[in-house]
Amino acid sequence: MTTRIIVKKSTYMDSISLMKISNSISKLPGITQAAVVMATELNRRVLSEAGFVDAAIGRAANNDMIVAIEAKDAASLDAALTEMERLLSPTEKPAGEKAPPTSLEEALELLPDANLAVISVPGQFAKREAMKALARGLNVFLFSSNVSREEEVELKNVAKEKGLLLMGPDCGTSIINHKVLGFGNTIREGTIGLVSASGTGLQEVTTLIHKVGLGISQAIGTGGGDLSEEVGGITMIQGLELLEEDEQTKVIVLISKPPAPKTMEKVLEVARRSRKPVVVNFLGEDISPSMLGKLKPANTLDDAARIACELAGVKPAVAASIIPRETISVALEEHKKLARSQQYVRGLFSGGTLCYESETILQPLFGEVFSNAPIKPENKIPGDAPSKKHVCIDMGAEEFVEGRAHPMIDFSLRKMRILQEAKDPETAVILIDVELGYGSNEDPAGQLVPVIQKAKSLAKEAGRYLPVVASVVGTEGDFQGLASQEKALSDAGVLIMTSNAQATQVSALIASGEKIEAAIIGRSD
Amino acid sequence: MPEKKSGEEKNILTETLKVVNIGISTFADDLRSQNVDVVHVDWKPPAGGDIEMLKLLEKLGL
Repeated sequence: MTTRIIVKKSTYMDSISLMKISNSISKLPGITQAAVVMATELNRRVLSEAGFVDAAIGRAANNDMIVAIEAKDAASLDAALTEMERLLSPTEKPAGEKAPPTSLEEALELLPDANLAVISVPGQFAKREAMKALARGLNVFLFSSNVSREEEVELKNVAKEKGLLLMGPDCGTSIINHKVLGFGNTIREGTIGLVSASGTGLQEVTTLIHKVGLGISQAIGTGGGDLSEEVGGITMIQGLELLEEDEQTKVIVLISKPPAPKTMEKVLEVARRSRKPVVVNFLGEDISPSMLGKLKPANTLDDAARIACELAGVKPAVAASIIPRETISVALEEHKKLARSQQYVRGLFSGGTLCYESETILQPLFGEVFSNAPIKPENKIPGDAPSKKHVCIDMGAEEFVEGRAHPMIDFSLRKMRILQEAKDPETAVILIDVELGYGSNEDPAGQLVPVIQKAKSLAKEAGRYLPVVASVVGTEGDFQGLASQEKALSDAGVLIMTSNAQATQVSALIASGEKIEAAIIGRSD
Repeated sequence: MPEKKSGEEKNILTETLKVVNIGISTFADDLRSQNVDVVHVDWKPPAGGDIEMLKLLEKLGL
C-alpha cells in the first residue's frame, strides 16, 4: 500500500465539485481511498480518522486544498494523480467561447436585468458577496452557512430598506415562481404559499402537499436564524407580506423551530392581520390561544401539510400523521425480534428540522433524547460522540459541513455513523431521512443500501436483528424517482413511512413495543 | 397588513427569475434545467483566501 498527500496552497474549489472529483478518483483501478478537500478543521480530522497522517495536513490553512490518495501500488497512484490534476484544472473552452465571469460585476454585463443572486461561497466571504448583490439591486438566496448573526442583521436591514428579499444565510431551499433554488423538490403549482425558517421542513411540507394532489404558489426560505431575537423575523415578515399580496396564494403556512419569544410575538401579530388563513408550525412550541387568535396551529410538519390542504379545500383521504393499524402490527412484530440490550432509537438525519421534529415526538414518549441540536440544552452531546440512550443527530449541523458538501449529497459521514450504531448493542432501530430533488445526491438509495445491508449483517453476526426505518422526502417529479428509490430501500429491508413524524413514531414503537403503543395510537387518532 | 410604500410594487414574486450564481456550480446547472436564465460566476476567494489581507484591502478601498 502506498499513500500520497499533497497540500495545494491557496487553491479553492467548491465542496460539491471536490466531492465529485474524490469519488471519481476513488473508483480508479488500484485506488483504495482518495479525498480531495479544502483544509478545514473538520476535513483534516476526517482525513486523520481515515488513516491519512502527515505533518503537512496539520500545517495546512483553511484556504489550502489537500489531496490524499491511498493506492495498492505506485503505478496506480501515479495514474490517479495525473487524473486528479486533469479534473482540477479548468475546463478548456472551445475556441471563440469567452471565459466565464469571475465576479458579480462581470456577470451583470452578461445578464444586466438579473434580479436574484444565488450565493454559496464559504461563510467568511458570504456577507461581502451578498452585500454587493444587494447594492446592485438584486434579491439574494444565501445558501452559505457560518455567517454571524450580526452580519445577518446587517444584510437583512439593507435588503429591507431596498425592498429586496434576502433568503438566508443558511437557506437550504426556496421555490420562487415555481423554480427551485438550492435543494428542493418538483412540486405541482397550487394555492398554498409557505414561509419557512427550515429547509427540510419546507421540503417535507411541500412534498406532502403534492402527494395529496395539491400544489404551492411560493415557498420562501428565510434561513434558520431569521426568528432569533437579534434578527426579529425580518424575512419571515417580508415573506408574509409578499404572500398576502400574491393573488395565487390562498392559504399561508409558516414553519420554524421554536422562535425567540419576542420574535414569535412580532411574527404572529403580522400573521393574525392576514386576510388569508394561516397555518403555524413552530415545532415543539405551545402557542397560547391569545397569541394564536384565528391562526391554525400544527404540531408536526405532516400536520401542517394536512391542515393547509384542508383549508385549500381538499381533505386528505388518509392524513400522513395517522399510522395505519397494519403498520403498528408490523412495528410490534419488529420489536419482538430485538435482543434484550436493544432499547434505543438512533436517528441519523440529513435534515436538521426533521431531526428536531423527531426529538419533539420522542421527548414526551421517553423523557430524554440526546442530540447535537437538542430541545433541552442539558441533553446536548457532541455530534461525533458515541451514542447513549435515545439519540437524534443532525448530520447537516455546521460542525459536519465546514468545507464539506451537505449530507444530502455527501453520505460518507452518515454511512460511517450508521455502521457505528449497528455495532452498538443498545441500538434498537436506526431512523433516517432521505431527501430527493434538486441539489441532493443523484442516487441516495444507491448510497444507503450497501451500508444498510452491512449494518444489518454486522448486527446479525453479533446475534442481533437491526430494523431500519426511513421517510423519503420527494415526489414522482424528482429526477431520482420516488418510487424506484423507495423500492430499493424497501428491498433492502427498510421500513418506509410517508412522513418523518410517522417514521419517528414507528421507530419509537419498535424500540419500546406495547409499553408505548397507547401513546402512539392516542397521538395518531 | 401594513400599506406598501410607493416604489415597492415590483417584487421578486411578480418577475421572471434571472439569476447570477456565485459558488456551487451545480446550483446553476439545476436552474438551467428549469429553464431559468442564469450566469455562473467562477468565484475564487479574494486575496487568496487570506481574511486579514482582505480586511486590509477593504479598508484601503481596493
